[in-house]
Amino acid sequence: MIGKQQILAHEAIEKLVREQWGKLLACLIAHLDDFQLAEDALQDALESAFLHWSKNGLPRSPVAWLLQTARRKAIDRIRRSNNFKSKQQQYQHLLELEKDDIQSEETYEISDERLRLIFTCCHPALDKKSQIALTLRTIGGLKVDEIAKAYLVNKETMAQRLVRAKRKIKLAKIPYDIPTSNQITERIDVVLSVIYLIFNEGYFSSNSTGQIRTNLSNEALRMIRILDSLKPSQPEIEGLLALILLHISRINTRQNLNGEMIKLEFQDRPSWDKKLINEGIKTLHAALRHARPGPYQIQAAISAIHAQAKTHKTTDWGEIILLYDELYKLQKNPVILLNKSVAISYFSNAKNALKMIDELESDLYNYQPFYATKADLLRRNMQIGLAKENYLKAISMTTEQTTRTFLENQLKEMLNSTL
Amino acid sequence: MKYLALIYAAPGASPIPDTPEFGAYLGEYETTTNTYIKDNIMLAGEALQDTNTATTVRVRNGKLETMDGPFAETKEQLGGFYLFECKNIDEAIKYAAMIPDAKYGTVEVRPIMSFD
Repeated sequence: MIGKQQILAHEAIEKLVREQWGKLLACLIAHLDDFQLAEDALQDALESAFLHWSKNGLPRSPVAWLLQTARRKAIDRIRRSNNFKSKQQQYQHLLELEKDDIQSEETYEISDERLRLIFTCCHPALDKKSQIALTLRTIGGLKVDEIAKAYLVNKETMAQRLVRAKRKIKLAKIPYDIPTSNQITERIDVVLSVIYLIFNEGYFSSNSTGQIRTNLSNEALRMIRILDSLKPSQPEIEGLLALILLHISRINTRQNLNGEMIKLEFQDRPSWDKKLINEGIKTLHAALRHARPGPYQIQAAISAIHAQAKTHKTTDWGEIILLYDELYKLQKNPVILLNKSVAISYFSNAKNALKMIDELESDLYNYQPFYATKADLLRRNMQIGLAKENYLKAISMTTEQTTRTFLENQLKEMLNSTL
Repeated sequence: MKYLALIYAAPGASPIPDTPEFGAYLGEYETTTNTYIKDNIMLAGEALQDTNTATTVRVRNGKLETMDGPFAETKEQLGGFYLFECKNIDEAIKYAAMIPDAKYGTVEVRPIMSFD
């Protein structure tokens, strides 16, 4: 029989993991100087919490309780380990902390070490996949199988990736520290790229695991908010926060009830989340006041124009074109030009857009959205035969079901209307 | 004359830790090292952590690029080495990036194994 106490304990622990995992882990790593040991000890402490709290109810300060228990579990693990001798220093340090804590347990407030943790997880000596997995696991507190599901790999593969990354942090001595001021901008860029990739994974792909992936977008929002609170007044951090807010504001209008994709043009604008839009725009303005523009701020500015336009038709496409030009100056990425061509097609016409798109093909021949965009432009320019060819090419390059269905429907619609 | 002997072996080809063979294997290394010391020919010798702990460093157009993992290009050949004593990998990367050839080739940074 599951008693009421047990349910309460379980709920409290779930909530703590959700909200405090990153903070607790960061704090433990600071004391233990060992990612794996910190994670194992925290896991032990959570198990122990369930037993104790189910029986005795919640302690006065659950967070302090967990931290102290985790430290004791770590002491225990060190004592039992094979190389106890080489860990004497770590062990003594923990015993010292233990003494301090006994007097101050009730007023104990844990220091926020998450910024150090973020920079370690996103260290450039780790590969991108490991950075993403580690960030979701350690800062976000996502379970290994949740991360594995979201990235469509099996649990063992993901677990191994995490173990390998933690092992490298330890053996190669990747510092648990905030980078020095001459490195900080570049290192923030790495952190932002990790959060951006997590966001994109959640926002732009949806399939049978759609729900999990939407959670990834929200996870990215939570991370960027944490980063913004820990490192305030950084234009690109604010820029990415604004970008994510503005995108999430329309997340519920991007699919119809059958889970099919809806183009921006046909989304139900009144259903966009005003609160998120307002926060996004406010954050963007704060970012722009630093007068240090960057790619995330520019992308957020483009998104803000869409968010503020009453209709697709009255969108300020001219301004969007200028912003894409600015963006391209910072990042010589042909995808930016592809997006710009779409803006041109609405600013003037599809024919003008098609003029600039052909020279992009040599760079983007492996990129499915290139053919999808080209097909759409050709359709709008009444070149049905060529449009069909490009739709079919785009479909053949898509494995992801939602996008596939979307493209197939587009093609069907076009052929029906020209019968 | 100074010579650098580089020890290459496929992972798993030599005895693995926690086996009796591994003990004997380390014993052989110890004997060999002692011979070098006795004969006064050894300037430095270390074991490295596995390639999973490697970081490759390059400088292109004045910009530092780091990558997870060992250097895998076979066209380029080993042309020398430094042994650093650094606080952490950031410091090691900083010094590795100063090597003039980081601009033309690639430097692989691997932690030294410690046996305690």
